[in-house]
Amino acid sequence: MMRFAEKDTAITGVGMSEVSRGADKSALALTVDAALEAIADAGLSRADIDGIATWPGERADGSGFSPVGCAALQDALRLELGWYGGGGEAPGQYGAVFNAIGAIAAGLCRNVLIFRTMYEATARKTAYANSLLREGQRQAGPFAWYAPYYTYAAALQQALFFNLYVHKSGIRPDQVGQIAVNQRRNAALNPKAIYKVPITIDDYLASPVIATPLRLYDCDVPIDGAAAIIVSRMDVARTLKNPPIRIDAIGSSMRYRNSWTQLAELDTQAQPKVAEMMWSRTDLKPADVDIAQLYDGFSFHTINWLENFGFCERYGAKDFIDGGHRIALDGELPVNTGGGAMSGGRLHAYGAVHEACTQLWGRAGARQVQGDPQVCATSTSGGPLAGTMLLVRD
Amino acid sequence: MVARTLPAIDRDNEAYWTWGREGKLAIHRCASCEYFVHPPVPFCPHCESRDVAPQAVSGRGRVVTFTVNHKAWLPDLADPYILALVAIAEQDDVRIPCNIVECDIDKVDFNMKVEVVFEPVEDLWVPLFRPVTA
Repeated sequence: MMRFAEKDTAITGVGMSEVSRGADKSALALTVDAALEAIADAGLSRADIDGIATWPGERADGSGFSPVGCAALQDALRLELGWYGGGGEAPGQYGAVFNAIGAIAAGLCRNVLIFRTMYEATARKTAYANSLLREGQRQAGPFAWYAPYYTYAAALQQALFFNLYVHKSGIRPDQVGQIAVNQRRNAALNPKAIYKVPITIDDYLASPVIATPLRLYDCDVPIDGAAAIIVSRMDVARTLKNPPIRIDAIGSSMRYRNSWTQLAELDTQAQPKVAEMMWSRTDLKPADVDIAQLYDGFSFHTINWLENFGFCERYGAKDFIDGGHRIALDGELPVNTGGGAMSGGRLHAYGAVHEACTQLWGRAGARQVQGDPQVCATSTSGGPLAGTMLLVRD
Repeated sequence: MVARTLPAIDRDNEAYWTWGREGKLAIHRCASCEYFVHPPVPFCPHCESRDVAPQAVSGRGRVVTFTVNHKAWLPDLADPYILALVAIAEQDDVRIPCNIVECDIDKVDFNMKVEVVFEPVEDLWVPLFRPVTA
């Protein structure tokens, strides 16, 4: 049988900068903080890092979406690398991890520093939030099809998909709102989270509608911050400080139209085929998963991932999350245990992988899931951007 | 209402954004197997023909999904507006982002029948859709 390359890799360290609604230091400084913490956590030094990767790579458009790339971090840390790679044309945010797995398998490197930096809180105070708000500039690429229709944010596109999902599934607002309520409850126990004051379903229902049926509390929080992880070759990982967190299986396929308008199933998007690929690469089943860190750019994504990972049936998430008990820290499948991007801050799937490792290493303090969780499912994004990882503590 | 942000025009999308001048909605179609290719690409994924070119369609379609925006992303964007994906009548998997106009925001619905209208903006004719009344 073919040996899947991810099974010979593991996460060996994690790091996170201060996360805030306005940093008192530069984006590069935040990145250095996260990187050095991850390197030290793995029990490594800068000299041991021979690969770096990020998603989507430096984007110097003033939006703060990705202000630091591989070259800037390599130079800041004076790393000597056998391989590096950034770029947005990958299976969502974890594309950087999947590329690193390939590089390790190819023998190009052994310990890869992977990072994601956001500087959106500062950017929104000092610059335009996105290029659609810049008058007179014509748009190219996939979003040019939406641009003339006052589609100023991803929230509007996702609201289109979300509305169709609500129409087909019959999910009620008080059920959708359980995602926001659950994550705020978890965030209250996470010292690094942005919003820690618990909310109720009534608070959720009273939050402003952005675009039907999407409410403010369905949305993630723009922040300044950086997260980093170290992915190591398995034989190296087993010599390091922490129990390796094996990357047991990944999902990264593109067996669908890569489009924000022409996806075959708008309400499930790319997720089913990506999850199917992941499950085809492991003997584990959905029932073996102890905790889940499911992308929550919008609560709709999390709901959709619950179904597409197979934790419940298609259009069955409404029953699964009803009342919020099953997804709570003491429930059968604790979801987004650190508060997710909606209460913790938008580290864009890297906050989620950081939290996954924190839980699997038993370091989550007041929010630690009991019963020694060993298997965590993680995912990125929505639309055609989908990637998954099944993480297992050795 | 604020000015619409416009797309950059290239050889593949020019007909789509300009044929409204003649009141026509242009969608790329394969001359060999008649499959509509959208967004416009000069290749047919069904029969591998390169003979794919813009063709006027009826301009009729159905609302696949929609959302009513309530957030004032810009100061002059106060009024709610409808963003939708419309499937053209000729081929249901060709979906066009658009605003639904001449329609009360409480009246828009899934599968609502709509027809194209064009709004001239600078050198382009932006396709919009309104409910079919007849």
